[in-house]
Amino acid sequence: MSLLTVDRLSVAFPGHTAVREASFSIAAGETLALVGESGCGKSITAFSVMRLLPSNARIASGRILLDGIDLLSLSEPEMREVRGAKVSLIQQEPMTSLNPVLSIGLQITEVIRRHERLSRKAARARAIELLDLVRIPDAHRRIDDHPHNLSGGMRQRVMIAMAVACRPKLLIADEPTTALDVTTQAQVLDLLDDLRRRLGMAVLLITHDLGVVAQWADRIAVMYAGRIVEEAGIEPFFAQPMHPYSRGLLGARVDVDADEHYSTNRLSEIPGSVGSAAGEAGCSFAPRCPVAESACRQAVPSLLALQDDRAVACPVTIAHEGGPHGAARR
Amino acid sequence: MALQVEPGVGTPVSVDTGNRAAPRKRRRVRAFLRNPTFVAGAAILAFFVFLALFADFLCPGDPLDMVAPPVLWPGQDLAFPLGTDSLGRDVLAGLVHGSRASLLVGISAAAIGLAIGMFVGALAGFFGGWIDTALTRLIELFQTTPTFILVIVIVAIGEPNLQTIALAIGLASWPTVARLVRAQFRSLRESDFVMAARSLGYSRWRIILQEILPNALPPVIVAASVMIANAILTEAGLSFLNMRDPDIVSWGGMIGAGRDQLRTAWFLTALPGATIALAVLSLNLVGDGLNEILNPRTEP
Repeated sequence: MSLLTVDRLSVAFPGHTAVREASFSIAAGETLALVGESGCGKSITAFSVMRLLPSNARIASGRILLDGIDLLSLSEPEMREVRGAKVSLIQQEPMTSLNPVLSIGLQITEVIRRHERLSRKAARARAIELLDLVRIPDAHRRIDDHPHNLSGGMRQRVMIAMAVACRPKLLIADEPTTALDVTTQAQVLDLLDDLRRRLGMAVLLITHDLGVVAQWADRIAVMYAGRIVEEAGIEPFFAQPMHPYSRGLLGARVDVDADEHYSTNRLSEIPGSVGSAAGEAGCSFAPRCPVAESACRQAVPSLLALQDDRAVACPVTIAHEGGPHGAARR
Repeated sequence: MALQVEPGVGTPVSVDTGNRAAPRKRRRVRAFLRNPTFVAGAAILAFFVFLALFADFLCPGDPLDMVAPPVLWPGQDLAFPLGTDSLGRDVLAGLVHGSRASLLVGISAAAIGLAIGMFVGALAGFFGGWIDTALTRLIELFQTTPTFILVIVIVAIGEPNLQTIALAIGLASWPTVARLVRAQFRSLRESDFVMAARSLGYSRWRIILQEILPNALPPVIVAASVMIANAILTEAGLSFLNMRDPDIVSWGGMIGAGRDQLRTAWFLTALPGATIALAVLSLNLVGDGLNEILNPRTEP
C-alpha cells in the first residue's frame, strides 16, 4: 500500500485552475520526482499535501490520503500535528527560510519539543545529533550560531535537520537545490538520499532539473499545465519517454556523454509556451505537440496505464504502442 | 554515499569556530559604542535619568517651596545657581525634579502606545481580510483626529494627574506604531521562514510571537524612542496650558509660569525650554543611532 495517495486533486485560484485532476502515489521509502516547467502546478500540488496553500487558493476536488487518512478532512489543529511530524517541507530558498533572530539550535529544539515530550536538555542533545546527521562539522559548537553565520548550503542542511527532526514519513523537497551552486547541490541531494535510506522516509522531490531526477529519483511524474501527463520508473522513462512533452523535455537537454555541445549541435526546443492552449478544449499540449491529431483538440486525454507502473495521458502514443494495458487505471 | 566532510563547506567554517559564542555579544556591544550618534544621545539621556533617580539627593526638599527672594538671576546668589522664579522657587531644583515627571510620562505614555499599537498592528497585519479592514479604519479614525486636541479632551474629562496624562498621550499616539507593525507583519507573514514555521506545525500565536514579532521589532524600537520624545513634548505643552498636576513640578509648567516675565526674566522660560530641547534631542539621537545599529544589513 502506498504511503501517500493523491487522488484526482484539483486546486483552483480565482480565475484559473492551477492543478487539474492530478493523481499520483508514493510508496514508503521511495523518491518520486515531480517534474515540470515553472507555473505547471507542481509546487501548488506539494503545498496542497501540507494544506498550506495561499489564502486565495482552494482545493476544488480530490482526496489526499496519507497512511489511509484523508488530510483534506482533518481540522486545522489536527493538521498541525501532521505538519512537521509526519510530513515535512524543505523550501527552495535556504537564505530566507530560517528565522534570522533565533539561533539554529533553538530553532531545531523548538521543532522537537513541538511534537515530542522532551526536556530542553534532551532536545538540545538531539539537535546536536541532527546537525551531525546532516554533516555540519563541529555540531556542538555551531548549534549556537545564528543563520547569518552560515552559508547557503549549511542553512539548507539546517532546514533539512529541522524537517527530519521528528522522523517524518514523507519529506517534500520543493526545488531544494535551485538556490545552491552545483557542487553544494550534489552534496545536499546526496544527504537527502542518505537520510531517506536511514530514516525510511519517502521523498517527494519537486524539480525542473532532469539531471537531478535521473540521479536521485526512483519514479517520475511529469506535469504539464496542471495535469500529470506521464508517470514512469526512472530507467524506462529516460530510456524511452512516452508523452510528446516528455520527449520534448529530454530532447531539449544537452547530452554531455554523447559529446554534444551547444556550439556544435543545435538544441531542440518545444515550440510555443505553456499558455498556448489557454481556454481551448482538449489536450493542453496539443498546440505545441508534433504528433497532435484532430481528436486531441476534442477531449482531455486521461492518464492511462501503458505497462505496469507506466502511465501516459496521450491517446496517440497509446494507440501507437498498441492500446492501454488492461483496464483504464484511473 | 559521500560521507566525508565536504572540503568546500567544512574547512573555511571550522577555522573561525574557535572563539565564537562569547565574542559575538562583545561585538554587539562594540557596534553600539562605535556609533557616535547613539553614544551622544545615550550619554545625555543617561544624565537625565541620573537627575530623575537622584533628584531628592541632588536638590533636597520640595522644589515648589519658596526658598529665596523672587526673580534672582542665575549666578546672583550662588546658593541658587540658576536663579529663582517670580515666587522665589529654585529653578535648578525645579529642572532636576521636573525630569521625573517628563521621563515618567514619556516612558509610560510610550509603553501604553506601543502596547496598543503592536497589538492592533499585529492582528491587522497577520490576519488580513475583514479584521485588517476594520482595524485599519480604526487606525485612520484616530489618525484623522489631531493628537494634541485628543489629548486635551481626554485630560479635560479625567483628572489632570500624571496617570491620566500618560494614558491620554498613549491613547493618542498608538496609530503610528500600529501602522508600522501592520506593515512589518504584512511583509513578514509571507516570508519563507514563516512558511517554514507553518510547515513544521506551529500555531498562529506561536508564529506571531516568536517568528514575526522579534523580526518586526527593530523599526518599532526606533519609533519608541521618538515616541518618548513626542510624549515629553506633549506633556510640556499640556503643562504650559496649565493642564497638569499642580503638586508636581514639570518643565512645561515652569515655562508656563515664566511666561509673564518673558521680557524681564527670560531665563525663566529659556532654561526649561532648553532642557526640554536637550531631552528630546537625546531621544532622537538614540533613535537615529538604533536605526543604524539595528539595520539588518549592517549586522556584524
